[in-house]
Amino acid sequence: MAQQPQHTKTKRYGMVIDLDKCTGCGACMVACYAENNVPFRQDDSDKMRSLNWIRVMKVDNGKAFPDTEVCYIPMPCMQCDGQHMQGHSPCVSVCPAVATDYDYPTGIVSQIYTRCFGCRYCMAACPYHARKFNWWDPKWPADMEKYLNPDVSARMRGVVEKCSFCYHRYQKARDKAYVEGRDELHEDEYQTACTQACPTNAITFGDLYNPEHAVHSLSRSKNAFRLLERLNTNPKVYYLSSKSWVRRVADNYLEGENPEQVAKARKAAATH
Amino acid sequence: MTTPAIPEGVKRCSTRQFTLWLAVVGAVLLWGVYAMFLIWYKGLNQTGMNDAYGFALWIWADLAVIALGGGAFFSGFLTYIIGKKELKSIINYAVIIGFICYSSALLILALDIGQPLRGWFIFWHANVHSMLTEVAFCLSCYFAVLTIEFIPLVLENPKLDRIPFLHHLSHNMHEVMAVFAATGVFLSFFHQGSLGGVAGVLYGRPFAFREGLLIWPWTFFLFTWSAAAVGPCFTMLVTWLTEKITQKKLVRPEAFELLAKISGWMLLTYMIAKIADTWYWAAVTAPARGFSLMEFYSNNPIYGIWILIAELVICGIVPALILITPKWRENKNLLVTAAILAVLGVCINRWVMVLQVMAAPLLPFQDWYMYMPTWQEVATTILPVAYGAILISLAYRYLPVFPHEKELNPGQ
Amino acid sequence: MFPFSFEWVWDISHLVFMGGLWYALSIIGAGMTYCVIKSLIDTAADEPGEGGHGHH
Ligand code: SF4
Ligand code: SF4
Repeated sequence: MAQQPQHTKTKRYGMVIDLDKCTGCGACMVACYAENNVPFRQDDSDKMRSLNWIRVMKVDNGKAFPDTEVCYIPMPCMQCDGQHMQGHSPCVSVCPAVATDYDYPTGIVSQIYTRCFGCRYCMAACPYHARKFNWWDPKWPADMEKYLNPDVSARMRGVVEKCSFCYHRYQKARDKAYVEGRDELHEDEYQTACTQACPTNAITFGDLYNPEHAVHSLSRSKNAFRLLERLNTNPKVYYLSSKSWVRRVADNYLEGENPEQVAKARKAAATH
Repeated sequence: MTTPAIPEGVKRCSTRQFTLWLAVVGAVLLWGVYAMFLIWYKGLNQTGMNDAYGFALWIWADLAVIALGGGAFFSGFLTYIIGKKELKSIINYAVIIGFICYSSALLILALDIGQPLRGWFIFWHANVHSMLTEVAFCLSCYFAVLTIEFIPLVLENPKLDRIPFLHHLSHNMHEVMAVFAATGVFLSFFHQGSLGGVAGVLYGRPFAFREGLLIWPWTFFLFTWSAAAVGPCFTMLVTWLTEKITQKKLVRPEAFELLAKISGWMLLTYMIAKIADTWYWAAVTAPARGFSLMEFYSNNPIYGIWILIAELVICGIVPALILITPKWRENKNLLVTAAILAVLGVCINRWVMVLQVMAAPLLPFQDWYMYMPTWQEVATTILPVAYGAILISLAYRYLPVFPHEKELNPGQ
Repeated sequence: MFPFSFEWVWDISHLVFMGGLWYALSIIGAGMTYCVIKSLIDTAADEPGEGGHGHH
């Protein structure tokens, strides 16, 4: 029997999405559907009720033709650390039945489908609309059932689901490491399905605390920002963009406010 | 000799007329029950809700009905704990109205969850940090208290009162009612508050989020205060309506007078606090998150600044002023107008704190989310009204709800 | 709700919240038990056949 691994250090798994590279192809969405058994309906045109764990939003700079610029923003669950970075995520703190939980060792916000009773309070709490409700029981075309991922349980009508950063892949990787007597996972051992599917490598995934992981430095680059940072949700999904207008649509600013200055003031306040 | 089922010395309509009335209201009730089964059988896809609108008409109905049912705990508090004897004339009715409101709220909550059979998880796996958990616990406990307050009245029905054990039970329960009423006040304070907390803690939703005291956002206190202020208005309104329909005087004028006065002062103080809260939110809380006040009230088909004015001024300050002015509240028409306005005001407040919260966009590239309830949602929201009408009719006919009815209608 | 459910922790939030809950529940329970027992005793003390016209 392998040795019991030493106490592993706390991780903070996160994602950095380079919006300059994203072409809006939607491969991440497709990969996610397949990986996580996300159900769809024959007529899935009602986008307010269709399930997806990651969705690609299209935004533009609001200018007329020759000056129009478009940007695609893939949005999974932001795995918020919450106010004061203590796992007080908007959704976790409100769930009355502890059906969604903050996993301190990884920082991943879990969803327990068999525990959720569908009150949808978490959906009201999440500012990113990352949470989806199962309005119907899932139904797959007959031969498609054979292609379902056995590592991910299917969800029933009446419960909420959301992106889990492919937590089952983390579990698998950790099991493997355990058998091999290792403490630490290599960066490439645990990657989410969307990261691997992205043809332009716009998505990078890893431990934000680990300086050897690419996300560590990427998330600290000067072009990095997060969505709705001013709400103090502390997301673990970072975005990169060289365009200042993209920066501006990522959060709310009063007239006369400048995103860079606001960000600087925030950082200064955080270090004090 | 058989005992008549109708209390002694009061006049009630003929059985025929009564049955006809029940049949009409019963039809509405059945319509609601049909919708209810559709929802339980087919699921929440029968509603107009969607992923952006997880909370909608039902949660509003819940919040509103509980605020209006607040008349029961507040009149109970005034009658049994402060010892306002004048209110004995109306307390029974306040309890019945509260009972209807709370049972309706529980029913609607049972409809509103995606997996109704797992409803008990909220108790069993309780997350004590969630406002909704507190709501569920206090709501159910307080409903038990209301039932206990209602039972002695039911037992006073002439037929039941003949059974010795029930006769004693009713008497003994009356004796210790103050203890139950105090427990009810304690529970009400917390669940009314937690209902306010439900929206106030959402720090991801700048429209709803409020700072506060310790773990309680300001909305916690505002909701309790407004329920105590407006609950009695609703009790008065229903009593007035009952008097109109039955064409009788049922409650002593002093009871009305006192309730109106207390309600008025509560409402006025509430409005001052509410306006201060709104001002602080608009000037400090929201701008710190990059939102200006008018962003919440523009670029959408419904939610204009009118809704804020309607809530705070027309349905807030105005009724409060009417109710605190003795000359005005003595005028029955003005009193009823004030009560209607106050009730509307609290309903608007609950609406705004649920539906406008969901509607307002968060990211600059999002639009306002709009929602339209389906007939199933509407029918199940009307269902409690029909159920309430039936319960009130039965109670009025068979129970001695109004202790002073005989004395107020000598000729009958 | 009970100390044996796995999400239970002996922390201040649980003690305050559940303390309040069980306190309210015991008052309701004790109050009702008292009423029922007292009524049973009162009924037994009544003269047979005289029930229903007691004091008020
Ligand atoms: S993005 Fe939404 S669902 Fe994900 S952790 Fe944050 S609040 Fe929760
Ligand atoms: S819908 Fe489910 S996960 Fe969300 S708050 Fe309710 S019980 Fe918790």
